[in-house]
Amino acid sequence: MKLITAVVKPHRLDEIKEALQAFGVQGLTVTEASGYGRQRGHTEVYRGAEYTVDLVPKVRIEVLVEDGDAEQLLEVVVKAARTGKIGDGKVWSVPVDTAVRVRTGERGPDAL
Amino acid sequence: MNGADTAFVLISAALVMLMTPGLAFFYGGMVRVKSALNMLMMSFVSLGIVSILWVLYGYSLAFGGDIGGGLLGNFDHLALSGIDATTLTGGDEGIPVFAFAAFQLMFAALTPALMSGALADRVKFTAWSLFIALWVTVVYFPVAHWVWQEDGWLYQLDVIDFAGGTAVHINAGVGALAAVLVVGKRIGFRKEPMRPHNLPLVMLGAALLWFGWFGFNAGSALAADGTAATMALNTQVATGAAMLGWLVYERVRHGAFTTLGAASGAVAGLVAITPSGAHVNALGAILIGIVAGAVCSWAVSLKYRLGYDDSLDVVGVHLVGGVIGTLLVGVLAIDGVGGLNQLGKQAIGAFSVMAFSFVVSWLLAKLVDKLIGFRATEDEETSGLDQAFHAETGYDFSTVGGTPASRNTVQDLTGTGAAAPRNKKVDA
Repeated sequence: MKLITAVVKPHRLDEIKEALQAFGVQGLTVTEASGYGRQRGHTEVYRGAEYTVDLVPKVRIEVLVEDGDAEQLLEVVVKAARTGKIGDGKVWSVPVDTAVRVRTGERGPDAL
Repeated sequence: MNGADTAFVLISAALVMLMTPGLAFFYGGMVRVKSALNMLMMSFVSLGIVSILWVLYGYSLAFGGDIGGGLLGNFDHLALSGIDATTLTGGDEGIPVFAFAAFQLMFAALTPALMSGALADRVKFTAWSLFIALWVTVVYFPVAHWVWQEDGWLYQLDVIDFAGGTAVHINAGVGALAAVLVVGKRIGFRKEPMRPHNLPLVMLGAALLWFGWFGFNAGSALAADGTAATMALNTQVATGAAMLGWLVYERVRHGAFTTLGAASGAVAGLVAITPSGAHVNALGAILIGIVAGAVCSWAVSLKYRLGYDDSLDVVGVHLVGGVIGTLLVGVLAIDGVGGLNQLGKQAIGAFSVMAFSFVVSWLLAKLVDKLIGFRATEDEETSGLDQAFHAETGYDFSTVGGTPASRNTVQDLTGTGAAAPRNKKVDA
């Protein structure tokens, strides 16, 4: 199994969710996150006082998939997340030892 | 009794009342989320404390007969004694004294609340409550007497302060500065970002202030007449001009038209037209507004240069705006009084209130600090005053963005088998 993690622009969440559903993904986890990459943060002005905001809002989407689906799913996520502008985020995949479905105790790919 | 005037003043009193909660929102949105409720409460509690003090002795100290020298009212009307529903101001064509007293009460409640913005995020709620009780007693009631009671020394001097440029705004602005110098800076001032947590709330507060201010300014005519109409129109014009003045200044200086700038500019204009609006024409109102907007937007940067933490710019907006309006009316007054002579009188009015309010406010803040400690502990301040003093948090941040669940699928969480009502949040 693989864990696909995507840290992307928050407004792409719905597109990514839909793309994953169309692909047949059964479940995912979404977390609000903050961070920066090459685009760094931005500057805000309040009554003349300027603040550099380093961390910009992102969402982190995590999906467990079978090994065979991982590469294709990665592409699905990247396509749905892309706006072509700086700050689109990153998507990566890491191997996962095992997974357990809490309710039934099923293990491995059966738990997905 | 003049029914029209009475109706107008009573309605104006209700409008001015709304300004204190409006101010609470204006300030509340500007602080960080951890002390937002405390900021709201610092204004709101004033409506409780001052209302009681006003009827017990405040009205008498401000508007009772003069004890001599135009400095203070006497104690003839403690607990409003000697006044009943039939007592009128002036002659047979006056309004009930109760209407006047209710209207003036709202001013007395708003003025100490104005100072709260300077002390955001770092004072004990009990200490603040004690401070405003003492402050209205020793600072506001006497100054209101000076300016608005017929025997008050500034009234006798013909200082123009139609609706409270000196008594309310300069007074609160200077009082706030004195309190800030005693209390000190927020932890992390100039080091950590202290961004407003809710600018829509700030805009809502500014809108409520603007609305209520028609009662504050036009209502101060105490009659439904041409003066009130002049004041209402000039209030609108100067406020619009000041918003534009602030926005243009900050676009040129800082590169953006900010929401906070629009809201702040509007308030600066409202402050500046308060003493002056009944005595200037529309062009004068525009000029006062633009000057107030541009100068106040510059003045709010002074705290960084001079190193005092007037957190929400009470000094930069209320003191500076109040001085601008109070001085400019000396030159721009159209009813034959404008000129250098009047300007001199206006300066005496402005600076005497500044001197008195600064010294006494400083002493009161010191006194409160000695008695019970003005400042919250470091731990309370860094973790937020809302939990420390109010046992609450302002917002429930629990959900991630996304599509809300269908309204029709509310689950039965009560365990009774009965379907839970739609949209009803069920406590576990």
